[in-house]
Amino acid sequence: MADPTTANQNVHPSEAEGVAREPLVLNNRSMGWITDRICGIVENRQPFIWWVLFVPAVALFSCLAFTLVYLVSTGVGVWGNNQPVAWGWAIVNFVFWIGIGHAGTLISAILFLTRQKWRTSVNRASEAMTLIAVMCAGIYPGFHVGRFWMVWFLAPVPNANAIWQNFKSPLLWDVFAVSTYFTISVIFWYIGLIPDLATLRDRAKKKLPKFLYGFFALGWRGGNRHWRHYEMGYLLLAALSTPLVLSVHSVVSFDFATSVVPGWHTTIFPPYFVAGAIFGGFAMVLTLMLPIRKLYGLEDLITHKHVDNMAKIILLTGTIVGYAYIMELFISYYGANKFEADAFHLRILSGPYTWAYYCMFFCNVIAPQVFWWKWCRHNLWVVFIISNFVNFGMWFERFVIIPTTLARDFLPGQWGYYEPSWVEKLMFAGTFGMFFMLFLLFIRFLPVIAVSEVKGVLPEADPHHPDWKRLREKRRQGTA
Amino acid sequence: MSDSTAKATSLFAYVAEFDNATDLYHAAEKVRDAGFRRWDVHTPYPVHGMDAAMGLGKSWLSAVVLVGGTTGFLFALFLQFFTQVSLYPTVVQNKPTNLFTVPAFFPVTFELTILFSGFSILFGLLIWIMLPRWNHPLFNSSLFPKSTDDGFLMVIESRDPKFKKDKTRDFLTEIGAGEIEEVSH
Repeated sequence: MADPTTANQNVHPSEAEGVAREPLVLNNRSMGWITDRICGIVENRQPFIWWVLFVPAVALFSCLAFTLVYLVSTGVGVWGNNQPVAWGWAIVNFVFWIGIGHAGTLISAILFLTRQKWRTSVNRASEAMTLIAVMCAGIYPGFHVGRFWMVWFLAPVPNANAIWQNFKSPLLWDVFAVSTYFTISVIFWYIGLIPDLATLRDRAKKKLPKFLYGFFALGWRGGNRHWRHYEMGYLLLAALSTPLVLSVHSVVSFDFATSVVPGWHTTIFPPYFVAGAIFGGFAMVLTLMLPIRKLYGLEDLITHKHVDNMAKIILLTGTIVGYAYIMELFISYYGANKFEADAFHLRILSGPYTWAYYCMFFCNVIAPQVFWWKWCRHNLWVVFIISNFVNFGMWFERFVIIPTTLARDFLPGQWGYYEPSWVEKLMFAGTFGMFFMLFLLFIRFLPVIAVSEVKGVLPEADPHHPDWKRLREKRRQGTA
Repeated sequence: MSDSTAKATSLFAYVAEFDNATDLYHAAEKVRDAGFRRWDVHTPYPVHGMDAAMGLGKSWLSAVVLVGGTTGFLFALFLQFFTQVSLYPTVVQNKPTNLFTVPAFFPVTFELTILFSGFSILFGLLIWIMLPRWNHPLFNSSLFPKSTDDGFLMVIESRDPKFKKDKTRDFLTEIGAGEIEEVSH
């Protein structure tokens, strides 16, 4: 009789009965198949729909260019913000785009440290999304200074009167946080890309792609004497990016929380902003990955399991965000600060923007609750629609926080109303154009999934897998 | 003519292909035990446990990053205390301009620590593994492109003191190598 503790000795933990996990790559795909499929996206002609999306994106991007030229040549007054609402769409959109960036770093750093192997199929595209979103975000603080040629005032160099920046101001913290975040995200993304650029270099047939991929692959040879330092560098970057991603949106929230404006002056802001950023970022990842998966035939690499996991993260963070909304209301009631109580009374009941509050609440808190049901997490149309609810809702969250609060200040005599001008609207549409344009270019020229990392999570990639021979045979048959 | 013969004779390394990660792993243990020094395995992804199989220790890139991060930390403190406390103390938001300003200086200090660490990872890594370089004898190998796709390669360089033209080739066959290619400079 087999001893139950020794009977399964030859079975890898991932395959043992009872703890069987869904494989990360379906249909027993081989390493060669993975390389061919992902590199094929870059090497082959793009599908027609790529052009259908790219041309309008470029057209929208040109709107952004036009509005920026118009803004700089005319003055920042072409925006609709004024007293009392001095921060309008510019800051709303800045926070919106920065927030979207957070999912990329969360996937690449936090899920790496927590050994979530499923991240390998989605991390490259989300990191690219992060970089592009931070670029879109950076436009707003850059141009809201009005005189764009004075933007160097943000950098820590003294001005003509030898006065330095005020390092005690959260606005300057923000400059450091966002620029550090962008730089570290670029480094993280690029270090991850190096082995895959080498793959593209070795596959390239034409001279120019071979030269360019070779140039950026820096002569990578994939020797283990390189990999071990590479892995250490990647681990350290993940360890550094984890607190960084949490700090960036905390610092963004300090812009509000360290002021004395009722509705902003709360300690809940940093965790609330961070959860909201991850929430909104994952929604955007799903919005982008679901069509890519379908369009380029990546169903075996980005499986239902990946979508399921991301939907669960949306559910979790959405619920945290919902908790924060309700806690804000409770504290304004319980805290006995009448300005605070009034601010929230105006926000949810009698103010001019109550419609925005309910729009936000529905999109961010109610809508994602459908993800409690497995059927909804597995129906990709439901996932796609809910993700877009979240994208929409997270924009409204920032709108609710910023103009709603400013429009109803301490004294009724200061009260006002804010409406965005056509320039602001066109500019926001333009940042979407820029976002999609750059993302489509990324798909066109760079591997959309981290090739080397996906290979590393295949079962036979582990030299200690006891059953690798059978697995490999299975995979060979799978490709044949 | 004499050039090409000279080229053919200057052997850079043997490139041997193995069927899979497990075979390569066990082969690496044998090469390590045979006492070779100038050799490496080339794989499409970092193979788990290969460092031990090759007899390599921990990567000390972390030490470089510690130095980089500390530099960033100290630089940030210097930048803020020097400009805000010593050079031009501006009293705003009723915050002190002395040692007790530290809480307000914390975010920038944190960010610069991370920023400098990040740069030291990138440049430390590249310097440590001696990249970028535009060419390498391995790029002449016809087997080499497999290593970025689905091949598992072992490379033993001819400058290794233990390298013997025929003996090493036999040794590679013995430890399970499939195709063996001679790569010249």
